[in-house]
Amino acid sequence: METDRDHAHNERDLVLLQPVIATRRPFYYLALFFLGFTSIAFFAWLWQLKQGLGVTGLNVPVYWGFYITNFVFFIGISHAGTLISAILRLCHAEWRRSITRAAEVITVLVLFFGVGSVIMDLGRPERALNVLLHPNFHSPLLWDVCSITVYLTASTIYLYLPLIPDIAILRDHGAKPAWLYRRLAIGWCASEKQKRVLNRAISVMAVLVIPIAVSVHTVVSWVFAMTVQPMWHSSIFGPYFVVGAIFSGIASLLIVMALIRRIYLLQDYLKPIHFNNLGLLLLVMALLWFYFTFAEFITTFYGSDPSHLVVFYSKLSGRYAVPFWTMVVTCFIIPVGILARRKTRTITGCVIASISVNIGMWLERFTIVVPTLSQPRLPWAKASYSPTWVEVAITIGFGATFMFLYMLFTKFFPIVSIWEVQEGREMAIPEVVERVKSYFPGEVLPSA
Amino acid sequence: MPRWGMVIDLAKCTACQACTVACQTENNVPCVPPKEAARGRIISWISVLPQIEGEYPRLSMRPTPLPCVHCDNPPCIRVCPVQATAINPEGVVRQIYARCIGCRYCTNACPYTRRMFNWYKPEFPGEFTEALNPDVSVRPKGVVEKCTLCHHRLQKARDEARAAKRELAEGDYVPACVEICPAGAMYFGDLEDHNSTVAALARSRRAFKPLEELGTHPKVIYLAQGEWSGGDGQGPRT
Ligand code: SF4
Ligand code: SF4
Repeated sequence: METDRDHAHNERDLVLLQPVIATRRPFYYLALFFLGFTSIAFFAWLWQLKQGLGVTGLNVPVYWGFYITNFVFFIGISHAGTLISAILRLCHAEWRRSITRAAEVITVLVLFFGVGSVIMDLGRPERALNVLLHPNFHSPLLWDVCSITVYLTASTIYLYLPLIPDIAILRDHGAKPAWLYRRLAIGWCASEKQKRVLNRAISVMAVLVIPIAVSVHTVVSWVFAMTVQPMWHSSIFGPYFVVGAIFSGIASLLIVMALIRRIYLLQDYLKPIHFNNLGLLLLVMALLWFYFTFAEFITTFYGSDPSHLVVFYSKLSGRYAVPFWTMVVTCFIIPVGILARRKTRTITGCVIASISVNIGMWLERFTIVVPTLSQPRLPWAKASYSPTWVEVAITIGFGATFMFLYMLFTKFFPIVSIWEVQEGREMAIPEVVERVKSYFPGEVLPSA
Repeated sequence: MPRWGMVIDLAKCTACQACTVACQTENNVPCVPPKEAARGRIISWISVLPQIEGEYPRLSMRPTPLPCVHCDNPPCIRVCPVQATAINPEGVVRQIYARCIGCRYCTNACPYTRRMFNWYKPEFPGEFTEALNPDVSVRPKGVVEKCTLCHHRLQKARDEARAAKRELAEGDYVPACVEICPAGAMYFGDLEDHNSTVAALARSRRAFKPLEELGTHPKVIYLAQGEWSGGDGQGPRT
């Protein structure tokens, strides 16, 4: 009887295997489209390698620009996955089941682009391994190297573990290439013992991954905060960056979810309720983000250290006023306006808010990196910065390549966790009933 | 152990920029073509920078030669992920070109903006190639460079003193900028030696250190133009 029921569910969820088994034409067109941008970026990078960083718009004293902005932005997005999925898992938020995979993939993939952005920024990328040969543990950049390596490892494991049962399903369905799935399934046969070990391992990883994720973005912020430069040297930067990271992470997850729902016809799995819940989370983060931004600026203003005020006013009313106020509108006014009302917190509403948030968060990183550099303490080295085609091409190329790799992932593995959805249906419902009962006084009835 | 330092008398500086040129030739600092210079890519280890003082209509311009101030507590060194820059026991902040990965973290951490990046392969047009100083290595593209206080001159001076079997005396070792200054506005020597000229000048009432409040402990010390001394490098408040 047990197997019969299992079988029925398997049949029901087979639609989730569809993207892996069959590939339609538009996939190839879209892939080509993205790869087009990838190749332009690749060409731009070769050009930069040959000529030197002079082909960028960077100068004295704006030594960092688009690349470092991208670095912070991509690492921020990586908080979409692992962190959110780990928190939801640990809280037993049952609605998480169909979105965790989509989130975790974002993390693992986008980290490569974060690291890639730094490599792009190096004057001598071929010497990058010097950070291992001659490490200086006083340098926040080295802390970054360490924490990002740990994070990448942990989140790869955390993506892989819940993937094993699904890989076994693919293996049993004879998906090609068979050797790949056989290898990756490491002999999964869904025995009770295996399930217990797996669930244990997933919980352990979920607990581990949260402090790692928090540390990653804290350390990224310390790259700035540990210098004495005006408006970088701020103790609020650690939590401020973490909040911003989760904020843009949720926004990216919402966009990705809307896309896969649309493209792979997963309306039954990614329902309006998922968007609603994540939309609420996004709303909370928007408010938190505003709180941090406000705290940061008001303390700078009242402290009124002249060197800080120069940077402060360049953001509020000077050269960087346009990106700054666009950031305020796109990070706060638009998302709060849309998400605060139930009527507009629809899938479309969430997607619009998320796109807006991602634009805003990129601008936030930009207005942190560049204005400080362009107004150093000694007033004679002022300069403005605008990127060249090389930086723009590499930035767009990174985004496009990320999308391409994400698409590719969906062609090899189910983007909604099949076994977790099944498990949710079979076990979670009675579990939740019991849990809710236990919240209240009186006799707790034994489960059915 | 000496602690090398420099004193610059702002009252004497005529803004002739001979120091910049001398440094340029002494240290094989690349010539940046005008187009790149206009984009803010000039490389110069010591620049004479205009400081505007006072408020309109009582304005005055004070030329201020600024090399790397060789902080005793250098923010640039702490942040370099690969230890490509270090302070030696004599207080000179040096750069290892062969190790620098060109991340430019140090350039951003230096409050004086005194670290220069090689945006392109260095260029030395025409006869400049023949005029290169053999004592100083030419930097590759993509690394950071900065004032070394003409460290190669120190090595030479030490060798000469040793050959003559005597101690290094004051004036044996001076950087090219100090040597050339026609106004005699720059002094160089051992700040640790109480009797040296620089140590005496550093004790004067006119002496102040640039951005001293940041705790970087610069070893380039200015003598203010007027009576005013100490401060934030922003000039006297009149
Ligand atoms: S002036 Fe700048 S480059 Fe020179 S030692 Fe100080 S921080 Fe380093
Ligand atoms: S640019 Fe070179 S010297 Fe400066 S921090 Fe990076 S590796 Fe170190």
